[in-house]
Amino acid sequence: MSDTDLQIAPDRAKELLETIGAEQAQEMLERMLLIRAFEEKCEELYALGKVHGTMHLSMGQEATAVGANYAMRRGYDYLLNHHRGHGHALAWGSDVNRMMAEFRGKETGYCRGRGGSMHIADVERNNLGANGIVGGGIPISVGVGLSIKLRKTDQVCLVIFGDGAANEGAFHEALNMASIWDLPIVFLCENNQYAMSMPVQKAFNIERISQRACAYNIPGETVDGNDVLAVYDAISRAAARARAGEGPTLVEAITYRYRGHSKSDRQLYRTREEVKAWMEKDPIPRFARRLIDAGMLTEEGFETLRQRAYQTIEAAVQFAENSPEPDVATILDGVYA
Amino acid sequence: MLNAQQQTTTQTRTDQRTLTYAEALREAMRQLMETDERVFLIGEDIGVYGGAFGVTAGLIDLFGPQRVIDTPISESALAGACLGAALTGMRPIGEIQFMDFVTLSMEQLVLQAAKVRFMFGGKVSAPFVLRMPGGSGTGAAAQHSESLENWFVHVPGLKVVMPSNAYDAKGLLISAVYDGNPVIFVEHKLLYKTSAHVPEEMYRIPLSQTAIVRQGKDLTVVATSIMVQRALAAAEELSKEGIELEVVDPRTLSPLDDKPIITSAIKTGKVLIVHEAPLTGGFGGEVAARIAASEAFDYLEAPIRRLAGRDMPIPYNRTLEYHTVPQVENIVEEARKLVRGEY
Repeated sequence: MSDTDLQIAPDRAKELLETIGAEQAQEMLERMLLIRAFEEKCEELYALGKVHGTMHLSMGQEATAVGANYAMRRGYDYLLNHHRGHGHALAWGSDVNRMMAEFRGKETGYCRGRGGSMHIADVERNNLGANGIVGGGIPISVGVGLSIKLRKTDQVCLVIFGDGAANEGAFHEALNMASIWDLPIVFLCENNQYAMSMPVQKAFNIERISQRACAYNIPGETVDGNDVLAVYDAISRAAARARAGEGPTLVEAITYRYRGHSKSDRQLYRTREEVKAWMEKDPIPRFARRLIDAGMLTEEGFETLRQRAYQTIEAAVQFAENSPEPDVATILDGVYA
Repeated sequence: MLNAQQQTTTQTRTDQRTLTYAEALREAMRQLMETDERVFLIGEDIGVYGGAFGVTAGLIDLFGPQRVIDTPISESALAGACLGAALTGMRPIGEIQFMDFVTLSMEQLVLQAAKVRFMFGGKVSAPFVLRMPGGSGTGAAAQHSESLENWFVHVPGLKVVMPSNAYDAKGLLISAVYDGNPVIFVEHKLLYKTSAHVPEEMYRIPLSQTAIVRQGKDLTVVATSIMVQRALAAAEELSKEGIELEVVDPRTLSPLDDKPIITSAIKTGKVLIVHEAPLTGGFGGEVAARIAASEAFDYLEAPIRRLAGRDMPIPYNRTLEYHTVPQVENIVEEARKLVRGEY
């Protein structure tokens, strides 16, 4: 799947930047830096033996997370995402301290240490959580969409899943149901080229995953997932359609994960050259360059944002380190309401 | 609201209103929807068709297609629809057409609904009910006659309710909707047309409250769903021989209120457990283990026995089907043997 035809037109990029404005554009860039810094720290902590479980890093996919989430009314709309979800939660505006605490299994974490890296949810802000089951959030989004419709609010549900999830039966059931009922759902397929080790070229007999939208008679679109503006643009339009009662959209964002599937991955299914080639298209310098070229950011300004992101993460690490472990006496909390 | 704890008997007085099990469920759903706009129904063919067993018949005329929602044949998305709506403030009642088909919803129920609250640190709840008819006896053969309740009993986070009569069906369904947890509500096809006294009020029967449905001194029979009715019929027959069965109906299988079961075992010293689902790995094993591990152990005068479905698929042929699951005469025979010490 070539992505050369996915380049966003320069005029459109300019228009989008004007809409977003310098302040929010810088915030988006900072969130991308924060996601990168968060995950670099996750790796470091893992190497230090400070992490109990595994993790799924999204390094390289920051543009998709930030572009999509900033196109939503974060905290008002709903988010459902997947196991590689640190970036989505941070882009939704979740608190980095509570995320780091959850990663460390601490009582102050979003899920009181019961969920961990794979299940971070921020329900007070309508982030209904990351999901450990491939495609597991997709049927749930149908219920969220239905609930929005029954409650007659103008909310939208953004559900993010990977390329692997698009081959689950639940994907078909949910897209069909969302379509027949015109549910306010944005289906975002984050195509990072591999379902664990299975490349999309072997798992699909179609050029684009978004082609599947035609089977449900809903719009489908593929965008450059490493271009935050392209993702922002597509999700904004999809969310506007949903809010207007025009139903769901399937958006596919083409991106790439730099790290293995999880910590056990020896990456025998891809070459170093391939990873390197994708790193050339890293979303963070790309967006920074755009902002600098547009006069919305200086080189020094970028460095300031970068440093601030790493400082924020250091503070989060300290917060998590100093946080208490869950009390075993509360072990059954939350099994039943 | 009636005091449901007082109403644990299925006996019917002639001056009292009676409804069938199906009518009782329908009335509960109608009243829930009339009094709470968060409640809606969703399932396959539950609208104009009225559900495969007619339980939701006519409700679409009262509440319209917005609140009585027909879905395509998509049991995974149907369960997800219940869960997602429950997470965002609604109180869905889903219907799985035959309990067998819930196998297609298992991921959403077991890996999502059951765990979402715990996994997110107790910060969300998933208050929905998924109704489904289980059981054999209709000639529907192996793929439309399953009794899979114990699959769900084995999943913490889910509740499992199995009403054995019309009165309980209504009161338990209302409680299940307001319970705050995902509730697997297992109905029995052969019970739909059975009648009992059912008050018009929106009464609740608390979940996890085991009922003693018949007092007796000679043997405790713990039975679920339709087996409660068969145990009561067996008790009437044995009563003529001077044998008095105490029939215990857990009503909620999980979380199980085992105290009345243990108390009854202490009282009679002998226990027979009866369910339709296959014997091996069935609910009866759990009940037996709890009794054996309790203070009732010292009072047992006989081995704890189980009478359950054979370990086999449900056959189509009427005679074979009949002999696959416990019938009244099997309970009579097994109970008689236990009481007489012929085991």
